[in-house]
Amino acid sequence: MNIPFEKLDKAFENRIRLQIMSVLVANQRYDFNSLKELLAVTDGNLASHLKGLEKEGYITVHKSYLGRKPNTNYEATSKGKEAFKHHLDAMEQLINQQKGK
Amino acid sequence: MEEKKEIQDDIASIRSLMERSSKFISLSGLAGILAGVYALTGAAAAFYLIREPLNYQQIPFLHLVSILPYLIGIALVVLIASLATGVLLTYRKAKRKGQPIWGKTSRELLFNMAIPLVTGGLLILILLYRGYFGLVAPASLIFYGLALLAAGNFTFSDVKILGISEIILGLITTCLPGYGLLLWAIGFGVLHIVYGWVMYIKYDR
Repeated sequence: MNIPFEKLDKAFENRIRLQIMSVLVANQRYDFNSLKELLAVTDGNLASHLKGLEKEGYITVHKSYLGRKPNTNYEATSKGKEAFKHHLDAMEQLINQQKGK
Repeated sequence: MEEKKEIQDDIASIRSLMERSSKFISLSGLAGILAGVYALTGAAAAFYLIREPLNYQQIPFLHLVSILPYLIGIALVVLIASLATGVLLTYRKAKRKGQPIWGKTSRELLFNMAIPLVTGGLLILILLYRGYFGLVAPASLIFYGLALLAAGNFTFSDVKILGISEIILGLITTCLPGYGLLLWAIGFGVLHIVYGWVMYIKYDR
């Protein structure tokens, strides 16, 4: 029995992307600043990973204004949620396989 | 082996983030215990003031009106002491857990509690103003219970159980006029101590 590592989603190879996705799966929407606080990452770092996930079609962006301050919210798409679930399944299988050894 | 460790770290971080991002998990159990102790102390002080059998329907109306400001004072002191302790201990725990005390989760928690709490608070003021003193204890228990029930969606779900207990106790209190102070002491004192103790054992340590 050999489950290939290819089953793991390349988009989630980076830990921060995986973390962003877990937050967006657990919550309907999450805003940029709360996300930044929660993950303790820099603006630029977070923005580039969000861009990456957006390019994959895993998340959508909602831009609005709170007074004068821009308030950007992110939401996981159904494609993104599906991919996240597959990624978790693959992780589970890998762990089980290692246990068997 | 290297990959396995990495995957396990990933899973641990996913689990922690899913919880930390959606629920305010920094509420302190110890604060619940202390709030219960304050409430019992306040109830004892009120009992001493009334100096009548628990059945305060038999208290002369004039006596009640003359001590009313003191009773309200005691209630306010208990409320403020509980809030201050709660904020302080929760602040400490949030720091330890790496969760912002004024973040998305705590804001949602407070907002959802605020509506039943403000409604209940205004209702109690109206009841006091109109002289329905006997309904103050049940109203405070019921609306506090409703606030906790709403809060339970944004923090440990154990809070919901406490909320339901307070609501039931409030309804019982409505059926037993005259035992308001005693049942109020059970609801805000004993239940808080029991709940705080359970939370302390489960999550604080």
